[in-house]
Amino acid sequence: MAARSEDPVYKTDALIAEDIDAYLEQHQHKSMLRFITCGSVDDGKSTLIGRLLYDSKMIFEDQLAALEADSKRVGTQGQNIDFALLVDGLAAEREQGITIDVAYRFFSTEKRKFIVADTPGHEQYTRNMVTGASTADLAVILIDARKGVLVQTRRHSYLAHLIGIRNIVLAVNKMDLVDYSRERFDEIVADYRAFAESIGIEGFVPIPISGLAGDNIATKSQTTPWYEGPTLIDHLETVEVDLADTREKPFRMAVQWVNRPNLDFRGFSGQIAAGTVRPGDQVRVLPSGKVSRIERIVTFSGDLDKAVAGQSVTLTFSDEIDCSRGDVIAAAEDPPQAADQFEATLVWMAEEALVPGRSYWLKLGTRTVSATVQPPKYQVNVNSMDRLAAKTLDLNAIGVAEIHTDRDMVFEPYKADGEAAPNTALGGFILIDKMSNGTVAAGMLNFALRRSQNVHRQALAIDKPTRSALKNQTPKVLWFTGLSGAGKSTVANLVEQRLVRMNRHTFLLDGDNIRHGLNKDLGFEESDRIENIRRVGEVAKLMADAGLIVLTAFISPFRAERDMVRAMLDEGEFVEVFVDTPLEVAEERDVKGLYKKAREGKLKNFTGIDSPYEPPEDPDIRIDTTELSPEEAADMIVAKLIP
Amino acid sequence: MTLPSAGSDKLTHLERLEAESIHIMREVAAEADKPVMLYSVGKDSAVMLHLAKKAFYPSPPPFPLMHVDTTWKFQAMYELREKAAEDAGMDLIVHQNPEAKERGINPFDHGALHTDMWKTEGLKQAIDKYGFDVAFGGARRDEEKSRAKERIFSFRTATHRWDPKAQRPELWNLYNTRKARGETIRAFPLSNWTELDIWQYIHLENIEIVPLYFAEKRPVVERDGLLIMVDDDRFPLKEGEEPQMRSVRFRTLGCYPLTGAVESEASTLTEVIQEMLLTTTSERQGRAIDKEAGDASMEKKKQEGYF
Repeated sequence: MAARSEDPVYKTDALIAEDIDAYLEQHQHKSMLRFITCGSVDDGKSTLIGRLLYDSKMIFEDQLAALEADSKRVGTQGQNIDFALLVDGLAAEREQGITIDVAYRFFSTEKRKFIVADTPGHEQYTRNMVTGASTADLAVILIDARKGVLVQTRRHSYLAHLIGIRNIVLAVNKMDLVDYSRERFDEIVADYRAFAESIGIEGFVPIPISGLAGDNIATKSQTTPWYEGPTLIDHLETVEVDLADTREKPFRMAVQWVNRPNLDFRGFSGQIAAGTVRPGDQVRVLPSGKVSRIERIVTFSGDLDKAVAGQSVTLTFSDEIDCSRGDVIAAAEDPPQAADQFEATLVWMAEEALVPGRSYWLKLGTRTVSATVQPPKYQVNVNSMDRLAAKTLDLNAIGVAEIHTDRDMVFEPYKADGEAAPNTALGGFILIDKMSNGTVAAGMLNFALRRSQNVHRQALAIDKPTRSALKNQTPKVLWFTGLSGAGKSTVANLVEQRLVRMNRHTFLLDGDNIRHGLNKDLGFEESDRIENIRRVGEVAKLMADAGLIVLTAFISPFRAERDMVRAMLDEGEFVEVFVDTPLEVAEERDVKGLYKKAREGKLKNFTGIDSPYEPPEDPDIRIDTTELSPEEAADMIVAKLIP
Repeated sequence: MTLPSAGSDKLTHLERLEAESIHIMREVAAEADKPVMLYSVGKDSAVMLHLAKKAFYPSPPPFPLMHVDTTWKFQAMYELREKAAEDAGMDLIVHQNPEAKERGINPFDHGALHTDMWKTEGLKQAIDKYGFDVAFGGARRDEEKSRAKERIFSFRTATHRWDPKAQRPELWNLYNTRKARGETIRAFPLSNWTELDIWQYIHLENIEIVPLYFAEKRPVVERDGLLIMVDDDRFPLKEGEEPQMRSVRFRTLGCYPLTGAVESEASTLTEVIQEMLLTTTSERQGRAIDKEAGDASMEKKKQEGYF
C-alpha cells in the first residue's frame, strides 16, 4: 500500500506554501467536469473512487486513521487499506455490503474540479445510474480485466448512451491480476468496440488501470510500457465538456421566476439552457410567440454585455410583453416548437408500475402540466437491447410511449439529429405521481406527434366531454363576485387574456354588457337582480356545455343566487372568485361615479349603500385587492385553475 | 461574480457552482409556499446568503433568515448575524427552544441533550411554529459520508424524519417540490461545493465572515484534547483551570463550549486558505457532535431530524 507521505499527486504543496496568491489565481480558472462511474459489484469501482480521493489528498489524517481502523475491522483487503470503505456511506448499505444509491464525491486537481456520481452496478438499480448519468459530462465504464465485457458492461454503456453521454472511458481495471497483459487488454477493447458500435457509441477512450495498485490513474505505470495513451487523470483533466457545444446552439432560457422589486423593474430570471445572449438581441417568448428585444442582462455584480449557456441571469425586455414562470425565452429567428403530444423514452423509477391513461404531473424546464401516458409501444431489454411488447413499465424498465399533455409544451427533442450534446433542458422531463408526489419516471422527448395523425375517432353523440376534449380543456365557470368598483371586470379580463394565451377557449360575461342586451328589461329591484343572475347562470351553463371556460363579472350580491348557479353546473365546475375590496376602498375609487350618486340619493338599491352584499363564506378563491395588483390576482387565479 | 473567465466563454468551476445554487434557490422561491433560509452565521451560511442576494437581485431574497439559536454561540457570531440580515434586506427570525431555556439546558451539564434540545428540537419547533414548508440549509456533500447521498431537495415527514431509502431521484436540474400537507423539504443549494470552493469563493467575492475564522490571541482552556475558548462568564472553570491567551482560530463554528480551536497564526483570508490547504485533518474533527455515536452518528441524527 502506498504510504501517505509519498508524492503529492494533484496538489502543488510547494506553490501553496510559497505563493498562496499565485495558487489562488491559478485555481480561480479551473473548470469543472462531472462524471459517473459504472461497474458491477466486484469491478473495483469504490476502490477506484477511493483511490482518486486518496491520491488527490481529499482524505485527511483523521479520516485516514478511521479508514485504517475500519479496514482492519470490516475491510476486505486484509491489513491493507480498503478504499471502498471510504465511499460506502450509509450504515444500511454497509450492512448489506453494497452501495444502494447515488452518492456524489469531489476531488480536485490543478486543472479541474471533479464531481463523481457513484452509482451501484447492481442489476436492479437502473434508476440510480440514469439519475447519476443525467448530470454527467462523461462516463467511466469499469471492466474487470479477468472477466471482460459482461452483460452489465453492455447495460451500463447502453444507459450512458441513452442519456446522451458522449465521452466514454473504458477503464480496464485489475490489470495487476492479468499480469498487465497487452493481449488481454487489446482483446477486451476489441470486444467492447464491436458492441459499442452496434448501439451507436461513436468513440471511447480505453485505459488499462489498477485501482488498487494505482497504475495509470495519476501517473503512467511502468508496468504497461506498451500503453501510449493518457492516464485516467490526464484524460479527465483535458477532455472537452458539453457546455462548449451547447453554447453554439440557438439561445434558450426557461423563465424560473419573475423579478419585480417595484413597478419600474420587471426582469425574468433563469439559467441559460443553450446559446448566448446579448443586449439588443431579438427574442421570442413561448408559447405566446410575442417578440421583444433584450434590454439588459442584470446581475448582482453589474450588467453583463453577454451571457452564455450555464449561467444564471436576469433578463429585461425593451417592451412590456407578458412573460411568466414556465415560459421559454428563445432566439426570435430560431425558436423551439410547442406541442401537446409526443413520443418519449421513459425510465420507470417507482415501485408502482406505470398506469397507462392515468394523469401524472409532468415537469419539463420550469413548467409543470398534467400528462397521460399511452400504453407503451415497446420496452427495451437493457441487457440484450431487444424490443419487447409491454402493457406497462415496472421499476427500472425502459420503454417508449406516447405522452399527451393537457396543454402545449415548449420543447426540443432530447437528442436532435446532427447535434452532439443532448437538449437536456427542454427535452428531459420527470413524471410525478399526483397522489404520492413521488418522482416516478424520467423521460426524454423524442419528437412531437402531428395532431392530424392522432385525432380520436369521432363519437356519435356530440356531448359535453366531446366538445371539451376537442378544446383540450375542462369547462369551468369562474364566477367573480364583489362590490361595484371592486375590480371584478379588470381581473376577469386579465384572467381571460392569460387563458387565451394558453390556448384556452373562453368567454367573458360582463355585468354591464349583459344589461345592455339580454337583460335590458331588468331593473335593480331585488327580484330583478335575482332574475339577472338566473339568466346569466343559464347562459354560463350553456357555454360550459359547449366546452368553454366562462368568466362572469357581476356584483351578484346574494349567496342564494350564487349557490343556485353552482347547483346548475356540474360538480367542481363553478369556481367562486371573491374580489374582496372594502367598501371604503371601492367607494374611494368610484370609477363610474355611482357611489357618489347613491350617497346623494340619486341611485336606489345600490349594493353596499342601501342594498346588502353577502360576502361568500368559503370562496374557492379570494382576491384581496388591497394586497394584490390586478396582474398578480390574475396570475394567482390562473395558477389555481391550471396548476 | 467578477468573472475570472471574462473574455472567455468557458465557465469556471465556481461559476458553474454559483449558477447551480442560484437555480436551486429560484426554484424554491417559485414553488414553495413559505420558504425560509436557515442561517448559522458560519462561512457556509455566509456564502449561501451571498448567493441568495445574487439570485434575486435587484429584489431582496423573498424569504426570511432564521437562526435556530442555542444561546451558546460565540458573541462575535451574534454581532455578525444582525448585520448580515440587515445588509441583505431580509427579516431575521431567531428561535430559541423555550423548553431548553426553561430547563437551563447547556453544553457543560447536558452533553448530547444540549444539541438535541436546542438544535434538533428547536429547528422542528421553529418550522412548525411559522409553518415553513421549505428550509434552505448550507450543508455540503463533502462534509460527511451520509451527506454524500442526500438529495439537494431532501424530504422530511410531517414528524421531520428523513428516510435515506425513500429519497426521490433527482435528474438533470429538475427538482420535484411537491409534497403533502405537513411534509417539509430541506433544500441544500451548496450540496456540490467543497470546503475549498467555499473559501475560494469567499476570497473571490470578498464575503464578510465572522472574525473567529482568523487567528487572534484568545482566552482558551484545554479540555479532552480540544482547545475551548472562554467566550463569556458562563464558562465554569475547573479547580486550578486558568484561561491562557493563545493565538487560535476556528475552522467551524458552533456552540463555543463545543467547538475546538486550532493554534494558528493565520490572520488573513489567504493565510487561512493556505493553512487549510496544507492541513491534514478534516474540518468536522473540531466538532464534538460527530463523535458521539461512533461511525454513523450523523446519519442517525439526520433521521431524527437534525439538519
